[in-house]
Amino acid sequence: MFAYILRRLLYAIPILIGVNLLTFALFFVVNTPDDMARLQLGAKHVTPEAIERWKVEHGYDKPLLLNTRVTGSAQLTDTLFFKRSAAMFAFEFGKGDDGRDIGNEIRTRMGPSLAIALPVFVVGLLVNITFALLMVFFRATYLDVWGVVLCVVLMSISGLFYIIAGQYFIAKLWNLLPISGYTGGIHGLKFILLPVLVSVVAGIGSGSRWYRTIFLEEIGKDYVRTARAKGLSEIRVLFRHVLKNGMIPILTGAVVVLPLLFMGSLITESFFGIPGLGSYTIDAIQAQDFSVVRAMVFLGSFLYIVGLILTDISYSWVDPRVRLQ
Amino acid sequence: MSPLLRVDRLVTGIGAARVVDGVSFDVAAGETYALLGESGCGKSMTALSLMRLLPDGGRILSGHVQLGETDVLALPERDMRRVRGGQMAMVFQEPMLALNPVIKVGDQIGEALSLHQGLNGQAARDAARALLDSVGVPDAARRLDSYPFELSGGLRQRMMIAMALAGEPSLLIADEPTTALDVTIQAQVLDVLRNLRAKRRMGMLLITHDLGVVAENADRVGVMYAGELLEEGARDAFFAAPQHPYSRMLFEALPRTGDAGRLTTIAGQVPRLDTQLRGCRFAPRCPFAIARCHAESPGWQELDGQRVRCHLAGSLPAGSVRERVTHPVAAHTPQPLLQVEGLKVHFPIRRGLIQRTVGHVRAVDDVDLTIQAGRTLALVGESGCGKTTVGKALLRLIEPTAGTIMLGGKAVPAKNMPTLRRQAQMVFQDPFSSLNPRMRVADILLEGMDALGVGARGERRGAVARLLDQVGLPDDAGGRYPHAFSGGQRQRIAIARALAVSPRLVICDEPTSALDVSVQAQILNLLKDLQADLGLAYLFITHNLAVVEYLAHDVAVMYLGRIVEQGQAGAVLRTPRHPYTQALVSAVPRIEPPAGQTVIRLAGDQPSPLNPPVGCHFHPRCPHASAVCRQTYPERTDLGGGHWVRCHWVAAQG
Amino acid sequence: MSLGTFHFVPVLLWTDALIFMLLTVALATVWWIRRHAHLRAPWAAVARRPMAMGAALVLAVFVIIGLLDSLHYRERLDASPPDRPQYSVEVLSVFDALAGRLRTQQEKTYSAPLAMHLYAKEFTERDGATVRDYPRLEYGGAHLKQADEYVPDIVRRVLVGLLQGLASSLLLFGLLAAWQARHRQMRVGSWLSAWETGHLGWPGRTVVIVLALMLMLGAVIARLAAGYHVFGTDKVGQDVLYISLKSIRTGLVIGTLTTLVTLPLAIVLGIAAGYFRGWVDDVIQYVYTVLNSIPGVLLIAAAVLIVQVAIEAHPDLFDTSAARADVRLLALCIIMGVTSWTSLARLLRGESLKLRTLDYVEAARAFGVSHARIISRHIFPNVFHLVLIAIVLDFSGLVLAEAVLSYVGVGVDPAMYSWGNMINGARLELAREPVVWWQLGAAFAFMFTLVLAANLFADGVRDAFDPRLEERQ
Repeated sequence: MFAYILRRLLYAIPILIGVNLLTFALFFVVNTPDDMARLQLGAKHVTPEAIERWKVEHGYDKPLLLNTRVTGSAQLTDTLFFKRSAAMFAFEFGKGDDGRDIGNEIRTRMGPSLAIALPVFVVGLLVNITFALLMVFFRATYLDVWGVVLCVVLMSISGLFYIIAGQYFIAKLWNLLPISGYTGGIHGLKFILLPVLVSVVAGIGSGSRWYRTIFLEEIGKDYVRTARAKGLSEIRVLFRHVLKNGMIPILTGAVVVLPLLFMGSLITESFFGIPGLGSYTIDAIQAQDFSVVRAMVFLGSFLYIVGLILTDISYSWVDPRVRLQ
Repeated sequence: MSPLLRVDRLVTGIGAARVVDGVSFDVAAGETYALLGESGCGKSMTALSLMRLLPDGGRILSGHVQLGETDVLALPERDMRRVRGGQMAMVFQEPMLALNPVIKVGDQIGEALSLHQGLNGQAARDAARALLDSVGVPDAARRLDSYPFELSGGLRQRMMIAMALAGEPSLLIADEPTTALDVTIQAQVLDVLRNLRAKRRMGMLLITHDLGVVAENADRVGVMYAGELLEEGARDAFFAAPQHPYSRMLFEALPRTGDAGRLTTIAGQVPRLDTQLRGCRFAPRCPFAIARCHAESPGWQELDGQRVRCHLAGSLPAGSVRERVTHPVAAHTPQPLLQVEGLKVHFPIRRGLIQRTVGHVRAVDDVDLTIQAGRTLALVGESGCGKTTVGKALLRLIEPTAGTIMLGGKAVPAKNMPTLRRQAQMVFQDPFSSLNPRMRVADILLEGMDALGVGARGERRGAVARLLDQVGLPDDAGGRYPHAFSGGQRQRIAIARALAVSPRLVICDEPTSALDVSVQAQILNLLKDLQADLGLAYLFITHNLAVVEYLAHDVAVMYLGRIVEQGQAGAVLRTPRHPYTQALVSAVPRIEPPAGQTVIRLAGDQPSPLNPPVGCHFHPRCPHASAVCRQTYPERTDLGGGHWVRCHWVAAQG
Repeated sequence: MSLGTFHFVPVLLWTDALIFMLLTVALATVWWIRRHAHLRAPWAAVARRPMAMGAALVLAVFVIIGLLDSLHYRERLDASPPDRPQYSVEVLSVFDALAGRLRTQQEKTYSAPLAMHLYAKEFTERDGATVRDYPRLEYGGAHLKQADEYVPDIVRRVLVGLLQGLASSLLLFGLLAAWQARHRQMRVGSWLSAWETGHLGWPGRTVVIVLALMLMLGAVIARLAAGYHVFGTDKVGQDVLYISLKSIRTGLVIGTLTTLVTLPLAIVLGIAAGYFRGWVDDVIQYVYTVLNSIPGVLLIAAAVLIVQVAIEAHPDLFDTSAARADVRLLALCIIMGVTSWTSLARLLRGESLKLRTLDYVEAARAFGVSHARIISRHIFPNVFHLVLIAIVLDFSGLVLAEAVLSYVGVGVDPAMYSWGNMINGARLELAREPVVWWQLGAAFAFMFTLVLAANLFADGVRDAFDPRLEERQ
């Protein structure tokens, strides 16, 4: 078990190196610092001197992989790759175009992101499982058939619509909650409610339909018949036997996104003015701030891989067949 | 005395099909009633109807089920739950699937105890342990905390039985309880069921397709066909003289000792139950059918205490319908076709951080075999003994770790695989997974010829027609897809595919174990005919000793990766010398009660090949084991006539 | 160009070419399937599902509009000399030609659906005095002399539209009944009663009702559109109905061409990983874990930004703005395809792992059949249903993703008609009083209809093709 987890941890390293190399290729080789400078300076101000100045200001004035102007190990370390890309392994992200330290921004913005994403995750999971179990309990009746149709309808609505409609009706028309904004602490609750509500509703369609399929697959298995043959009630069969088996794929599917909750949601945060990592990313994309985008790519990959490892661990934890072998 | 269970004109439908159609029978307390029938005849559906556990879309359309004082079909679902598991309990076929994989077996049994006996906590645990003791689970207290996957098949089925007993039912329904188990384990489980029934005076409804199991366990027998009960009677009377043509043909389709004749086959297929059926349902396949059979459904008739639904009952010819044709025994001196020496297949076990190889699963360990041209060698053993691996290693579908393969006296190097593959081909167990559903039959047959370049390109189409004819399939079969064929027909296609490259050896890996008895007979007949016509040699891999007796010339018995006994079929099966072979032969349920033989029951399970016992692999289960057995693996002891055995005990007898 | 005598020159954009290639492939596949009973059977099962068939009809309307909108051309400038013709820089499509006035009747700025007046007040001359009032629209309701003619006119147009729709559907239904009765050699009366009771073997009632509803809706909209802006106008006064209809092509292109990029990657890599295992599997798994680990939006954003830089660096490559927007659309499809093949590949890998151990593959190996042949004849045909299910399931997700990406700013070209751009443009106007809702409403309604139809159709396809579901029934 320990060796297994250690092996997964070691496997993460080549993945992160791969991500690092890929982003380096995308941001420095395909799309050179000169291109970045041109884009940032705008067509009017592009002169070779301006480009050079921009590169020096933003720390892009070094060679890509090999610095021939210096000697010794600095040949490798005093390069763009080492300073700007490999440095991310030490979580040194440098500064964004606005001059602020990216690592610092990430630390302060994780909180607000989590304040939205975590409730969405927990409440969403509970709501979806409840709906799925209800549909499975009433399977092969009209309740189930129309439940599935409703799920498909909910799935077919754009996520943007949920947000816009939620903001318009709940905040603007009925004035129940503030339309956007964020503060920390208990007073921040009123800002959190609407985005959480909207995100949960937006996820019900696909979530409950997916869980319904999982439960239906379980309910067709032989052990369910055995449980019924014992004389258990349908409710007990559902909650004790089906839920316990169905939770294995559901939990492991959920665990992988758990670390990514830190990243927040791009769209939700930007619409509701939450100062989290999601809106930070979206602002960076719109301002074409490549340092921030690169940092977020690396952070996202890192968290995803943490999620993968957690999935392996949780899988062996919830499933005795994996745990004990 | 009123019976424990009375089923009266039960009709069950699934969709448009009436899968159980007017079935009536009684089961008395302390009695075992066997429902016998081939797959799809409605016997499991009858059981599920009694429990009211039909699958989605299934409905009981009419009929009456009385269990003791209870009218089962009239109960509201709430009260039915007390009957299920309380008054009648059920044991299912596949214990791996029928137990919840993520709940400890102790808790699964405890659930039933708390529901029907109100026991919880320590009291429930004690009761559960007592139940495990009663079904013969060793080390019961510890086993309660096991998950199903940690148990062997036999233990799992004992757990299922313990769970069924938790509610102290008066009726136990056992639906093919031993079909998924090995024959030595099957004998153990059937013993448990027999003892429990006697001790608790339960009624038992035993559902099975195996005439041997019926003969050894049932008091009364009912034969089902196409949703109907055809014949019913006491066991002895039924086995002495089955009255319905279908029952008779089932008997005659069964391969039996010392019978070189052709097996009776039943032509045609079970009718579809979602169509309007007129007359006797068996009439279209019955060799005795008269006009009345097709027009009018027969009623019940009493005949010497047996009840039968057949217009011709009592007037059928007394003797057998079996053809008494014997195949000419090949007179020529046996020539070795394929020789294997020192065959080993070891799978590495990798563990730890860098996946170091920490050991090997010795799936096949030092096996020597000689297959004679034109003869059949049966490789017999229980699941996991490595017999299938031997077959696949011979064709290099699995790369052998060591060993030489010689074809016609010449060694076949690994490079020269096409030669090997033109000489030896394989027929697989499951005819449903061995044919690609997206390929036409003709393309399936052509595949081997194309790949190995057999025959001229232009002549291959003609070869396909000839092959189809050879295995008894219609000419137009080539243009159709596998799903258009029944299991038996598919197995014929698989045989034709192997024959397409004109091999001299066909490796048959349990080719009939997925088939019903009547279909098995067709395939066995076909294999025999092909051997006579084409001079084929077979390596017949099986666990079914009855088939071995019927088909094989020589037998090799495998246990945990090694051959423990080998010799001519008659010698090995009639005078087995190795204690394992003796137990194996003794464990097979037989129709005729074995005369004068002591019944040998093996204790425990086959150990894992991952960690085989030191010394003779069989010693932990062997009744004759001595100190030397625990230390060294026995050498060959030659018994004459090509019969040899690896056993210290036999060697000591001299 | 030697087409001097013509009034237009055809333009083949990259995506047009790919769309028609896709259409050809699709038609060829249909022809192939029709000839093979075992391939036809699951489609026949799809055709028996009312929900799936109704959805398919709606999808067909979208597809036809999209295809018409993919036949592009440039008009000859009237002023250009016949011997050396010059063509307009504006790329039009057959759909534009059919839409006619819808495209050209442009107002000054916002106007509400079916409005006669502009959304914003302006200073206008009236009776010699300058007043600040809502001015009449240039085209919307311009045929009305008095304001009180408005309601009767609308009602009249709706009724006429409904009647026209009803009449044409009745006509079509009659023709269908006559043809079907003749085809099956039965009396029209008995065909009708079979239709009424739902005993046709195909969901006749649903098809006819959906068709009739669409015809009536179409006729009503056509009637109204002749005199009004049915969905109002946008900020620059363009008809929202026209924009919404033009956006259909964008949605379809993203939903289909992306999959076209995904499929070869997913099929080749997924099957190779599962079939060969060993180091091939390790490498492929490594690649897709790396790709998967990068947040999708960020990877798309990075790639789109790069494409944008590349396009801006080479303005000379594109002779029209439409061609430039088109290349960006294509690039978006490719990028989304490259980032989204992993899930299907993983699915195919798992299935191939299972299939390779099946007896029929072993049997083929026992004959020494080559790997290429085993994969093409044994593995691929048996995972094809997964590919198909993935195509139809992914479609709706991609259409929805376009809107989100356009909002983030890494979607299609801002000049391109797309629902994402419509939403993005209108979002800020929600704060205005009275609210400008019609642009958002139209975009969401169109997107919803397409995605819902696609999802319902996908459900039908999945139910018919998934063998696991089959066993359960």
